[in-house]
Amino acid sequence: MHLAYPAVLSALLFCTGLYGVLARRNAILVLMSVELMLNAVNLNLVAFDVWLSRAAEETLHSGQALTLFTIAIAAAEIGIGLAIVLAVHRNRGTADIDKLRDTAEGHGTDTPETEPGTEKAEATA
Amino acid sequence: MTFAQAPHVTLAQAPHVTLAQAPHVTLAQAPHGFLSPTGVEIAFLLVGLVTFGAALVTVTTRQLVHAALWLVVTLGGLAVEYLLLTAEFIAWVQVLIYVGSVVVLLLFGLMLTRAPIGRSPDADSGNRWAALIVAVAAAAALVWVVVDAFRTTWIDLDGPAAGSTEATGASLFQNWVLPFEALSVLLLAALVGAIVLSRKAKEESSSPPVNARGVTKSSRPVTESSDPQVRANPAEQEGTR
Repeated sequence: MHLAYPAVLSALLFCTGLYGVLARRNAILVLMSVELMLNAVNLNLVAFDVWLSRAAEETLHSGQALTLFTIAIAAAEIGIGLAIVLAVHRNRGTADIDKLRDTAEGHGTDTPETEPGTEKAEATA
Repeated sequence: MTFAQAPHVTLAQAPHVTLAQAPHVTLAQAPHGFLSPTGVEIAFLLVGLVTFGAALVTVTTRQLVHAALWLVVTLGGLAVEYLLLTAEFIAWVQVLIYVGSVVVLLLFGLMLTRAPIGRSPDADSGNRWAALIVAVAAAAALVWVVVDAFRTTWIDLDGPAAGSTEATGASLFQNWVLPFEALSVLLLAALVGAIVLSRKAKEESSSPPVNARGVTKSSRPVTESSDPQVRANPAEQEGTR
């Protein structure tokens, strides 16, 4: 099989996930897009491992081992990420990442909040 | 001992062999070509089209639950691609972990955050066009570079499977034991962290708001005298807490 097929599919999937991360507003949809990007990387790892195990007689199978590690880390990431999203939803009542602007800077509409007293209240709230 | 050998093998052999054999391999496999694809390539292309289309629907649909279900199609298509690349163990791990557990977790997350059933018009944020430009530019650059770099490279899929369960298990437990064990510690840490994050801490939630309210009360005379909008702000935040 030509190596360009899995490599091109992996690049397209990665850019699809990139679009999803940048364009989505719901935090869980952003997590789905992150999963897409991780899967694109996994496909690349598997394809290059299968290629190198023949072409270079690489016997470590490092690509497949790293793929398994990536899958496990992605499972841990999705668990922690969902826990964070649920905590945010419980505290704020929304899972909308556009509304979580507490640490945002440099917006003209937020200028009344730059008083020292309210800043301290915001930091501790 | 295997760890001491591993860098030696990869550093010493891999560049030498690939550099020496790459022209030889392409010359020996000259009958390959873009215009005469094999059966495996056609199958890979068709499944890849389905996978890419499902991924596009996943990131563009406005129905949140449908996005999770199209993600199942994408991940299942990737499992089929792993099977076509003779990595069967990875394929079944993909089906078990991604399709089995990650998507179920995502669906539970959607339900627990009270995602709307049906169309939600605010699924995409305002910077959709900037994101589209960035993604298309990245895709064009990546596809161009990748196709140009691996134009004369073929994967040899004949012979014994490179990713059979036996080969994967042997390499995993001969060469990758220490990262494997470290990964189990990471999974334990993630488990504990998820429990700590998602539990309703009553005794801890009582102490920081008292502290915060004290700070707001102490700073309230300053804000009351200055601006009525500012005074409404801490109260609003306490309401949303």
